[in-house]
Amino acid sequence: MTMTQLQSASPSVSAATKAPGYWRSVGQRLMRDRVGIASALVLLAIVVSALAAPLIAPHDPNSGSVMTRLSPIGTPGHLLGTDATGRDILSRLIWGGRLSLLSGITPVVLATLIGGTLGIIAGMSGRLVNGIIMRITDIFFAFPSILLAVAISGVLGNGLGNTLVSLTVVFVPQVLRVAESATVQIARQDYVDAARATTASRLLIMTSQVLPNVLSPILIFATSLIAVSLVVAAGLNFIGLGVAPPAAEWGSMLNELRDAIYINPTLSILPGVMIVATSVCFNLLSDSLGSAMNIRETDK
Amino acid sequence: MIRYALIRILSAIPILLGVSVVSFGLLFLQPGNPVEALLPLEASPQIAEMMKQQLGFDQPVWRQYLAWLQRTVQGDLGVSLYDGLPVAGQLGGALFNTMVLAVPAAVLAFVLGGALGLIAGYHRNTWIDRSASALAIVGVSLPQYWVAIVLVVLFSVTVNWLPASGMASPDGIPRSFSDLANMVMPVLALMLVPMGVVARVVRASVQDILSQAFIAGLQAKGLARGRILRHVIRNAMSSALSVMGLQFGFLIGGSILIEVVFNWPGSGQLLNLAIFRRDIPVLQGTVVVVAGLFVLTNLAIDLAQAAIDPRMRR
Repeated sequence: MTMTQLQSASPSVSAATKAPGYWRSVGQRLMRDRVGIASALVLLAIVVSALAAPLIAPHDPNSGSVMTRLSPIGTPGHLLGTDATGRDILSRLIWGGRLSLLSGITPVVLATLIGGTLGIIAGMSGRLVNGIIMRITDIFFAFPSILLAVAISGVLGNGLGNTLVSLTVVFVPQVLRVAESATVQIARQDYVDAARATTASRLLIMTSQVLPNVLSPILIFATSLIAVSLVVAAGLNFIGLGVAPPAAEWGSMLNELRDAIYINPTLSILPGVMIVATSVCFNLLSDSLGSAMNIRETDK
Repeated sequence: MIRYALIRILSAIPILLGVSVVSFGLLFLQPGNPVEALLPLEASPQIAEMMKQQLGFDQPVWRQYLAWLQRTVQGDLGVSLYDGLPVAGQLGGALFNTMVLAVPAAVLAFVLGGALGLIAGYHRNTWIDRSASALAIVGVSLPQYWVAIVLVVLFSVTVNWLPASGMASPDGIPRSFSDLANMVMPVLALMLVPMGVVARVVRASVQDILSQAFIAGLQAKGLARGRILRHVIRNAMSSALSVMGLQFGFLIGGSILIEVVFNWPGSGQLLNLAIFRRDIPVLQGTVVVVAGLFVLTNLAIDLAQAAIDPRMRR
């Protein structure tokens, strides 16, 4: 952005005013991205309805009646029908959002914190530390993600906690690699050398010079990872590794309704629609975030 | 080239060792000690002690690992705790069945994804590009297991054209149209994600190549569009190959969800059964072999890339 543009944007302020901060201009760019806003709104609706589940769900998600087994979509009182034990599908989808979002998002948050920190440390360290961290990372890359997630949670056993642990283990190396390569690039810049010349401590350089600059590639990667994580977490639940049965979760609902596929085919694909909608929205949001954060590239 | 190949092959060895350590370590993640998991609850402590000695669990961990590694390298993956059969034999058959689906899925994904990416890259920022890219992003976001269920609803439940599950011929090799019919939906479901990924990579790579000076040079020389296209494809091939190598590994490692939906007796199904039977040798064997194959596939792709493109040999 040139000075003339700046001044015309805020004519009443003197030329000495600072240019809008990085995060603010990223926010402004995001507000102009229609696809990004639309997907953020859909996600917001899903998250809010999951949080407000006790208020808005029409029925108890875990109690059903044999009298109303597998009623079709549009049944009075059961807008999206009922499952094989007569439980209301709409209520289960709303409640299911809690566990599905929790098990999709938490591992990415944990992996971003752990992998991001280790990646920055590896990127700023000498050859020895860097070599050790990165070679261990390479080993985890030798496992296809789903295989590793299934194997770890298969051995650990059922339960939300175990799903979160296995997915975090799968994602830490991926975030780590992104953080490391971004850090190595930044650490070579002149301003980091300048900071070193002022005898600033390594920790200070890390937090004041490197961190703000590697944050955006890490965040862009993390949002795209949420889409993957949601799909894999629901997949683990789909094959019966994950939350214990009566609890509503999209992946395990998909599995339960699969048995009724010949009786009520439309019902059996519904939970998947929720997984797809959430995952597509996170992917689109990640794309928007990517182009909003890449200010230098798009300003050309 | 030979020097590069040698270095690349040697560098795979520590990775393979690391893979074996992680696969072996899985045993220690399970709650309780491994012997308890094998024995019925009412077994006496003496029997537990005997079992422990017999299976080598009284040895220090590193010795257990070395013994396991030695057997594994020799192709002995132990016996299943569930039916007492050798793991290697079961796994071999199951892996073959997985390949029967993964190979056609990979080929289709590579060809269709490549074509999609090429078309999108050539028509940059037109509606063709945008719809091809939209298709690719949806392909990447879709859970394969859900696509599989939708396919079953469409083609088995609604119109009854294709069988909903199972593998028709006992040895996996399709011999008739009805055997092939069993493969159609699993292959389609497996193909979608790698196709989307390949399309996205090829699109980016084609756009990059088209903006380079040598293309303008070829155009200035008066070369026909078709001849230029050949240059573009050759240059885009290498990045497409490298993602496809990764994706092929994901197809084999991620086949578990598709194999569960279609009840296909492959390595994923075997892993699934091993988990629910708490059959650790089968689980360990499947994990170490599939991950090992993944490493070797990537090695092969790297070497193939270096053979095609000398710039990669650094």
